[in-house]
Amino acid sequence: MKLREIISLLHAEVLAGEDLINGIDVDRCYSADLMSDVLGRSHANGILITGITNPQAIRTADIADIQAVCVVRGKQPEAEAVALAKQKDLPLFITKMGMFEACGILYTNGLRGVAERQ
Amino acid sequence: MTLERKEQGPPPDRMTKTQEMVYELTVGEVMPPTMVTVAPGQTMAELRVLLRDNRLSGTPVVENGKLVGMISIEDLINALTDNAINAPIRERMKTKVECLYADELLVHCIAKFSKFGYRRYPVLNRNNELVGIVTKGSIVEGLLKKLEVEYEQSESKAALTRQRPTMRKFFEDVTADEISFAFKYNIAGQTLKDAGKAASELKNALKKLGVCPPLLRRIGVATYEAEINLASYTKGGVIRAQVEKWGVTVEAIDTGPGIPDVEKALQPGFSTAPDWVRELGFGAGMGLVNMNKCADEMNLRSSVPEGTHLTMQFYYTS
Repeated sequence: MKLREIISLLHAEVLAGEDLINGIDVDRCYSADLMSDVLGRSHANGILITGITNPQAIRTADIADIQAVCVVRGKQPEAEAVALAKQKDLPLFITKMGMFEACGILYTNGLRGVAERQ
Repeated sequence: MTLERKEQGPPPDRMTKTQEMVYELTVGEVMPPTMVTVAPGQTMAELRVLLRDNRLSGTPVVENGKLVGMISIEDLINALTDNAINAPIRERMKTKVECLYADELLVHCIAKFSKFGYRRYPVLNRNNELVGIVTKGSIVEGLLKKLEVEYEQSESKAALTRQRPTMRKFFEDVTADEISFAFKYNIAGQTLKDAGKAASELKNALKKLGVCPPLLRRIGVATYEAEINLASYTKGGVIRAQVEKWGVTVEAIDTGPGIPDVEKALQPGFSTAPDWVRELGFGAGMGLVNMNKCADEMNLRSSVPEGTHLTMQFYYTS
């Protein structure tokens, strides 16, 4: 699914990486507030949906080669997180939707989860 | 504790790739786009023609859009033996049918094949409507297609970076009694403010040295978790990485307080994380478990109150 499509489905506001969004196409979704749960999964072409607003969400996505980060429940990421996302060329956006609703919408539209690392 | 790679036979990277794929692909993704079905009212003679013309050995039986049974060439042979070639399919079909769901992972599908021994399984969506049929052939075809796509992608990537030597190539080309690259990062304790920076820097450095992306990811994730542990639980410490001919060693060394029970610390979900760590999204008790999965070998030594010395080794796969 095109990242642009995800942003429109979630009525999301883009905070970083606007210029990269059109070139990204994903088919998987990591959703977690615990970063180790993200790091414990295998590699996939996906985005991260999280309630974490500190720079660690961006660090995690960068380390795990995740394509973009979406923060839920309208929470405003810390300024350092936005700056890090810009530095790492990682699209970051926020949605007012909750985790459940956001994931439900993306699942219905074809995104799938990521398997545990073996 | 020392963990050794247990894989034998095929090259480890190829093995892991296919294994990864059966966890990534769903039944729906390998299922052929079209299928042939029959109605329960049709005769076995009609089935014979249909199987012959479509070169099939079996097919689902559908009534009013719903799956009602499966009929195969074996049933046809039995019908011939019983002189029942004009009997309706309804009387000869199998009605006890094992099904798969289109969104099930391929790994479950393969398990079902070996458990029940049938040659084909009808595929349903979550509204229990028949959407296709899957055979061992379609699994193989699906995996091959995916391999082909990934091969092409890695080929085009390789073409872009052809001039760039890999780490292994570099070590083959230079000679000395001992060659290594060493990296050291100081990690502050009791704050997660900069945690992850060292892992990120190390990953970047290894990328520049030509370490391949899957290995980069494993080293990055394991180093990140180690760094989080140093920052969360210790008075501070260092992360050292040594790049050698055979692979990469990453060490996390701290100055205390040490882990009282190492066995317990290695259990999934065991955590002594304070609230401030949990609020930042860590402390789920999965850090060491993740490191163990990422590293080819891991060794954890700790004494109270001197400190902890974690060693992880990663081998080149390409």
